[in-house]
Amino acid sequence: MAVEMDTIETVTKSTICSFCGTGCGLSVTAKDGRIVSVVGDKNSPVSHGETCVKGSQAWTYSQSKDRLTYPMVRKNGQLVKVTWEEALQVIADGVRKVKDASGADAFGCFSSSRATNELNFLAQKLMRQVIGTNNIDSCNRT
Amino acid sequence: MTAVFGSGADTNSYEDFENTDLIIVWGSNTQEAHPIIYNHIRRGIKNGAKMVLVDPRKLPMANFATHYLPVRVGADIALANAIGHVIIEEKLYDAKFIEHATEFYESYKEVVAKYTPEFAETITGVPADQIREVARLYATVDRAVIAWTLGITEHHNGADNVFALINLSLLTGKVGKPGSGLMPLRGQNNVQGGGDMGALPNKLPGFFNVEDDGARAKFEAVWNCKIPAKNGLNQSAMFSAMRDGRIKFMFVIGENPIQSEANSGHSRSAFENLEMLVVQDLFMTKTAEIADVVLPASGWGEVDGTFTNSERGIQRVRKMVNAPGEAKDDLWILQEIANYLGANWHYQSAEEVWNELRSLSPSHYGMSYERLEREYELQWPCPSLTEPPEKVLHTRLHSDNVGMRAKFSPVEYEEPLEPADEEFPFVLITGRRLAFYNTGVMTRYEGGKVKDQEEYMEINPTDAAKYQLENGTRIKVSSRRGSVEVPVKITDRVMEGYVFMTFHFPEQVNTNTLTNDVVDSKSGVSPYKYTAVRLERI
Repeated sequence: MAVEMDTIETVTKSTICSFCGTGCGLSVTAKDGRIVSVVGDKNSPVSHGETCVKGSQAWTYSQSKDRLTYPMVRKNGQLVKVTWEEALQVIADGVRKVKDASGADAFGCFSSSRATNELNFLAQKLMRQVIGTNNIDSCNRT
Repeated sequence: MTAVFGSGADTNSYEDFENTDLIIVWGSNTQEAHPIIYNHIRRGIKNGAKMVLVDPRKLPMANFATHYLPVRVGADIALANAIGHVIIEEKLYDAKFIEHATEFYESYKEVVAKYTPEFAETITGVPADQIREVARLYATVDRAVIAWTLGITEHHNGADNVFALINLSLLTGKVGKPGSGLMPLRGQNNVQGGGDMGALPNKLPGFFNVEDDGARAKFEAVWNCKIPAKNGLNQSAMFSAMRDGRIKFMFVIGENPIQSEANSGHSRSAFENLEMLVVQDLFMTKTAEIADVVLPASGWGEVDGTFTNSERGIQRVRKMVNAPGEAKDDLWILQEIANYLGANWHYQSAEEVWNELRSLSPSHYGMSYERLEREYELQWPCPSLTEPPEKVLHTRLHSDNVGMRAKFSPVEYEEPLEPADEEFPFVLITGRRLAFYNTGVMTRYEGGKVKDQEEYMEINPTDAAKYQLENGTRIKVSSRRGSVEVPVKITDRVMEGYVFMTFHFPEQVNTNTLTNDVVDSKSGVSPYKYTAVRLERI
């Protein structure tokens, strides 16, 4: 489903800030696959073009060289690089083993209150429909 | 909020800060934690609104307040009950509204009877006369908004603190009207949305209760599955279940609980007890380091979707660039996990996921991506594709058709769980600073232009003199659970007997080593705001 972006050209789009719960509108410009500028979006009914220092500057974390770039699985005590297929298979085998031995309520999920609505919807659907438990919480209280 | 009104969200919109007569900011450093909301408040003040600030720290925004009430940490209920006491004693309450739209007023009246302003002064430190003035002001203005954040909720009795404020709005009829309402300000960008989507142990998507048989049946029919009839475990209960072995497998998505949970050594041991821990994140966090499987996710600017803000407003986030390396869209990751386990998901886009949610949640039905594109922000409830959404919730309370009455929830002041004593004579308050965010995973990276990139502990000049401290002196801070070393900053923002630290820089100073992980039985929150500590020179 991940649509590859044609980012050779410069693109500017409106989006929403990912820090506090205010929901300020940002106008983001990307060039050659890198975000190069973030300014307040004047069209935003929430922030009318204003941003704070976090919104306009702190986004650079997302382009850090420390980002995770491949799946890992623990082998002999160490996390080592694997393919997506192997990582997913390890998860599936682990789920089946625990579910057979201990049932669905032996699972839990902490979902992210920073991630999108769509992610949170699928995370709870995974837990309720596929695993079969209501043990899911977002970090909504802190 | 849910217990009183049937839904847990801000009752009003940001624009109500600009069109009101009084804004009470209670336990919220809005200027630093929510600067753009503070701009709405500033415009409200410019338009003639008064502001009352209630906070243990004399924040810079106190300069713009007509009243600053320096409440002792943990004494908010005593203060709110005293305000209610004055409003009742001086007959300033809205008798018509109480009769028409509320219940249990008599039991509230009984509980607040003993909270005279003089009695409350001994608990809160706020002079009785100021309590009277603010009570009269709140009761007699036409419109008033109460806003709060974690200063109210991060206590062992945080849920009771919220009830104490809601009671005031019911007493004066200041909820359910333009310019009058209750505004809890959310700390993270999508706290509201995560809960609305059903990422909660007791809620299905769209505000349906898990324990409602009819609601469950609807989801079971669409998803072709059986959903357990009992609520699941909340975050704190899951930690207990990990420790005693009832939970053996955890998915952690975009969270770093080992550093952000109170008493973080204890959190780590809970995760180490699992058979399998799967972490999906952007970075190798402390939680990812002990995982069995680590999945590289996509971040902001790399995914399409929506966020829901503090005023219930849904807005589009858009993909600008690809995630690095083999990192994948979170929706793809969850779909693959589901399908490896035998499900048959085939979402092609975030919009398809959103449309499934819209089909299940009438409150979200009217917000298609196409309409969000045109209108930018839409607030729930928005059941119709053509009608405008609701800006103010609970207007029914002022109508002939009241529906479910709003309940007064009388609450009593309780002593802090861990009061300062001879051995630990200071109270540590924790919070945020302007440029930083939570455990700093997102804000310490390459933020070269941002000042104050280190932890320090704020201390009052009088206390600093007692310990012969200067700005920058490193001291040892200890609680009953652990110790950290930190440089001090001397400031009269904190009262004597209190010290303040953030938790933004865990590599320098892991503040959550000190905090208490006992949780509020009603809200599941740990009392991060209140920890007894002692200070020692190194």
